[in-house]
Amino acid sequence: MAVAFAIVRMKDLFAVIMLSGIYGLLSASFFVAMDAVDVAFTEASVGAGISTLLMLVAITMTGRTENPSRHKPLLALAVVFVTGSLLIYGTLDMPYFGLATDPVHQHVAPRYINDSMQEVGVPNIVTSVLASYRGFDTFGEVVVIFTAGMGVLALLSVVRKPKDMAEIDLINKSMHEEHLILRIVAKIMIPFILLFALYVQFHGDFGPGGGFQAGVIFAAAIILYSMLFGMSTARKVINQSYIQLFAAIGVLLYGSVGVISLLNGKNFLDYNALSADPVAGQHLGILLVELGVGFTVTSVMVIIFFNFAGRRNDQQNKENNDL
Amino acid sequence: MGSLMEIASVVFLVIGSFLCVSGGVGILRFPDFYTRMHAVGVTETLATAMILIGLMLQNPDGLVLLKLIIILLMTLFISPTASHALASAAVHNNLIPELDNKAESEKESSSNP
Amino acid sequence: MILGLYNYWIVVVLMMVGFYIVIAHGNLIKKIVGLTIFQTSVFIFYISMAKVDGGTAPILAEGITQYSNPLPHVLILTAIVVGIATTALGLALAVRIKEAYGSIEEEEIQTKDNLDC
Repeated sequence: MAVAFAIVRMKDLFAVIMLSGIYGLLSASFFVAMDAVDVAFTEASVGAGISTLLMLVAITMTGRTENPSRHKPLLALAVVFVTGSLLIYGTLDMPYFGLATDPVHQHVAPRYINDSMQEVGVPNIVTSVLASYRGFDTFGEVVVIFTAGMGVLALLSVVRKPKDMAEIDLINKSMHEEHLILRIVAKIMIPFILLFALYVQFHGDFGPGGGFQAGVIFAAAIILYSMLFGMSTARKVINQSYIQLFAAIGVLLYGSVGVISLLNGKNFLDYNALSADPVAGQHLGILLVELGVGFTVTSVMVIIFFNFAGRRNDQQNKENNDL
Repeated sequence: MGSLMEIASVVFLVIGSFLCVSGGVGILRFPDFYTRMHAVGVTETLATAMILIGLMLQNPDGLVLLKLIIILLMTLFISPTASHALASAAVHNNLIPELDNKAESEKESSSNP
Repeated sequence: MILGLYNYWIVVVLMMVGFYIVIAHGNLIKKIVGLTIFQTSVFIFYISMAKVDGGTAPILAEGITQYSNPLPHVLILTAIVVGIATTALGLALAVRIKEAYGSIEEEEIQTKDNLDC
């Protein structure tokens, strides 16, 4: 809470963004205390990692400090107080914190907890609910992520001519002197980060993990590489059109699992139809679906970062040419 | 043997927490960016290592021990690199460290005949 | 009664801080940060409702009888990822607004709009 109040008062946007990263990390540790390990994993990697990174890239283009406000925001304070007191009045009827007899624990959740092992057969109940019982919602979420990536492409993409190898070698040499230690440590670390992302992806059935967290960690490794070795080198390693293709392949994989279930005679996204034994069908379905989610999340995060950084490089080149 | 390991793990955890707190006090009390970086970078890495060793002594076998060892190795790599990155970014942006002016003026007055 | 409900009040305070940042500050980036605070407070609300006293994480294991409720965890997992997708899109819009109008303060943008019309 102290972090939130500090964000309100500060004018330096760099400090504000760092504080929001701390806020994300504190809420992730709160989620661990509330036994929500999957959610804590996702919030730590997404909220404290990628979100801070994207905001920092944005303020390199928009400016670092905030103009001081010229009038006292009394009307805003009044609205906030009235809304807050109404909400507190509304919570007086809510059930107490942590009781096992709360209505939220009564209707659907016991069925998930009790029947998940027989019907789906994976120990992580959150993964089984996310990928199998509520597969439709996850499909919609994957399409939303894909759409956000397309939106960023539409807003920020810049047509550039590819650089030849001689220019890239020059940039590499000049960067090597400045960032020697970081480059060497990153070269050692990046394979392990990628391996960890693969581990999280496939181990999501047995422990906390799954497609989203794995996709974000994979994208973080690629972003680390492109930050330290230069955007042009990174573009040569990871071609932008292939990444866009990957994002589409993820959504297509998810959809085709559902269509195959339809073709086999059952409902859309009913994994029992994928194999002779229903539990094996569930395992296969969850594996494929999480793979599709991982593909799409990785590609969209990488697309967003490349476009932000490409836009910034473009702005800097224009300024250098004007001077 | 069991209680010896428990006592050792508690000792390690307490040392680790004390180092964390002292790093925090260092941030508040030191006057300059570079000295603060030094305080945090050194104590933070050692504190994380101590806490991880304490946790390892509580789980002396199995997959958890292997995971903790890997986390320890990664932290030993990453944490000093992060401090180096911050300090070199500060130098790159021309943040001048405060030097000890009293020592310099004494040297000047003693070198002038 | 007060002790039993304190988690909701903390959530309401955080939500109001986020709300205040969104409506009272002019800078677009700060508004987006305020929106993130608002979203995270809603996540805390749901997750604190899911906790059962004496339960553990909802991963099936031997010898554990009481699990915390996994259903809000699933909903919030989706919500976190959708939240960052919208934040990324909002930041991209802010960058384009800066290029088109030259500033990201709300009042200056409105003055420019009124002058152009």
